[in-house]
Amino acid sequence: MANEHGQKWDRCLADSTVKIATGLGVGIVFSVLFFKRRTWPVAFGSGVGLGMGYSNCQQDFRSPYQLHGHRVKEQ
Amino acid sequence: MLRVCLKGANSAARKCLCGNGAPLHPLQQCRSYTSGGSGSSAGKIVAASVLTVGGGVGGTILYANWDPKFRANVEKSIPYSDQVFGLALGPGAPPPVINKPRKVEPVQISSMSEVWKDSKQPKAKEVEKKAKQTDSEGPPAPAPQETLEAAAKCTECEHDPTMKERPEGEVAARLAEQDKAEQDLLTSLSSNLEDALGSTAKVTLQAIGAQEAALQAIAQHTRQLREAMEAEAPPDKKSTQWRVLEDALSERSRSVDEAGAAVLKAKAELDKLRGVIDGAKHLKIAAARPSILAAEENLHSMVVDLDSVVTRVQTAQSEAKIVSQYSELVNEAKAQFQKELNSITPEIQANWKGLTGKLTQDDLNSLIAHAHRRIDQLNRELAEQRVREQIHIDSSLEQQKLEDKKALEVAVSTALEHNREQMRLEQEKKVEETREVMEAEMRTQLRRQAAAHTDHLRDVLKVQEQELRAEAEEILNSSLMEKETEYRRLTQDQLDSFTLDMNAAYARLKGMEEAIDSHVIAEEEARKAHQLWLSVEALNYTLKTAALNDPTEPLEGAVQAIKESCAEDEFAQALATALPSESLSRGVYSEASLRARFYAIRQLARRVALIDETRNSLYQYFLSYLQATLLFEKAQEAPPAKLSAEDLDTFKLLSYAAYSLEHGDLELAAKLVNQLKGESRRVAQDWLKEARLTLETKQVVSLLSAYANAVGLGTTMAP
Repeated sequence: MANEHGQKWDRCLADSTVKIATGLGVGIVFSVLFFKRRTWPVAFGSGVGLGMGYSNCQQDFRSPYQLHGHRVKEQ
Repeated sequence: MLRVCLKGANSAARKCLCGNGAPLHPLQQCRSYTSGGSGSSAGKIVAASVLTVGGGVGGTILYANWDPKFRANVEKSIPYSDQVFGLALGPGAPPPVINKPRKVEPVQISSMSEVWKDSKQPKAKEVEKKAKQTDSEGPPAPAPQETLEAAAKCTECEHDPTMKERPEGEVAARLAEQDKAEQDLLTSLSSNLEDALGSTAKVTLQAIGAQEAALQAIAQHTRQLREAMEAEAPPDKKSTQWRVLEDALSERSRSVDEAGAAVLKAKAELDKLRGVIDGAKHLKIAAARPSILAAEENLHSMVVDLDSVVTRVQTAQSEAKIVSQYSELVNEAKAQFQKELNSITPEIQANWKGLTGKLTQDDLNSLIAHAHRRIDQLNRELAEQRVREQIHIDSSLEQQKLEDKKALEVAVSTALEHNREQMRLEQEKKVEETREVMEAEMRTQLRRQAAAHTDHLRDVLKVQEQELRAEAEEILNSSLMEKETEYRRLTQDQLDSFTLDMNAAYARLKGMEEAIDSHVIAEEEARKAHQLWLSVEALNYTLKTAALNDPTEPLEGAVQAIKESCAEDEFAQALATALPSESLSRGVYSEASLRARFYAIRQLARRVALIDETRNSLYQYFLSYLQATLLFEKAQEAPPAKLSAEDLDTFKLLSYAAYSLEHGDLELAAKLVNQLKGESRRVAQDWLKEARLTLETKQVVSLLSAYANAVGLGTTMAP
């Protein structure tokens, strides 16, 4: 359990990196392809990547506290 | 092997020689000087030893010659001395002891002995004397004498009260031997007798024949003479007659001579036969007696015949003499007559003229006158003779009487002799016969007696046997009854005692068994306690095997051992089962490792101190990290006895826990860590679990060891 934290961080970072890189890459691609090498797709892409990674990280860290409720339809 | 020995001997000898090398030469020198002396001294020694040995042997032989007992001893002791003695002295006397055959042997042998006794009895004295003679003489007697001695000694011994008894077989053997010897003797004797008899008979027959022939010749001669005398045949026939007569005379003389010689030979043979018979008689063997008797009879008859023939011959001879005298007289008378005739009638010559048978008248007349004159003369002589007749007759009668007397005496004596002889022979024959008859009768009587005796013995024995049997049975029964009662009593006693013993033993055995059982139980308890303690110790030990950061070995084996060792102990079982399964399967961490881990946990828990259910975004994480880096607390702080609300801060709690851990109180630390909230709690959950496990295990183990100790203490205490 002690390692979980560390593992989570690893995952998180790896994932974020991957997402950022991917976003960057996609941004670059879009910028190159569709947006005439403007930088904003790159930033956008990396931002998207970063946001996704952050969100995933957070989700991962919150996961133990999340309650899963079920709505029970009253018939 | 031999060569080795020889070599050894040679080498030894050489060594010896080499050892004595110095004296060797003097020896050699001396040898040449003293060889003669040594030779002579050796010769002297040899001669002396030969002399001594020879003297010893000769002396032994001489003494054995003199003393048969000594000889017997020597023969017994030295193996081949009997042969030497036999060579030197001849066969020795047989041992003098012959058993009394009459005591316990069967009837036959005793009867034999009786026969022996009877036969020997009358002549025993002579025989004894003879035996003594031969004993004293010592030199070997001929075989018959030997057996005679034996027989004599046998009779001696029969009268001798102090003598040894020989076994039956020996007696029988001895008797058989004697019988055999007798038989041999008998056969030899009989053969001798027969031979002698035969020869004598032959010779006697020859003599008798010769005598008969002589008799015949004499008779013929006399007859012829008489014929010649009486018959007045013509002169020529006379001459043939005379010649025939002369032949007959010569014949007669020859036959008489022959007869005489034959008689002499016969007499010699008869004497020889008599000698043989005497010798046979001297041997005195009963069985030979009849043959001896027969021989004697034959002898006697031969003698008688011979004598009779001789007397016949003598009478014939005397007759012949008479006849010859008569013939001589007649011849003389004839000659005289012839001379007278011749003187008267000288012309008348001898016979040849007479043969012609022609005589003249004158011759005849003168012859007749002569004849008448002769007749007158003869008548006168006759008258004279008649006158002298009586005187002559008387004288001649007397002479004759004398001669007759003599002859009578002689004849009577011979007849008497013959008769006596005959009577004796007859008597002996009768004696023999009666003896045989008596012996046969005695034998039958003895046999009957023996049979009667055996019958009587048999009856007596039967009766005795029955009596004894009845007695014995009675005794047997009574003793048997006694013994049975005794036996029963004894067995009963034995049984009783045995039962008692058995009961006692059984009781003791039971007692012992119980004691042993209780002991066993106690021992078992002790063992179990010991085992429990051991297994608890093992568990303890396993707990100590936790390496740093590694859990211990699984406690399962030890717990299994505990469970086995205290199968009946519920408490222990309960305790053993109370152990958390994690510890069993995976083992627990040691305090040290937990302590070490705590610091990492602490760090982490500090970092996520602000995160809980509500605040768990990344921003919070960032803030919490910031707090952790900026907030400093005491590394270790002694926890208070009671926790207040503000003590429930993560950092404080962590420091309290650290302090208690440092001071070895894992329990308190665990309690404090248990108070964490939120993410810190979650992070420390792992550690907490481990700590909890360890604490539990330790508790159980301590309980178990306490219990084992208690139980061990309990069992080691003597009840």
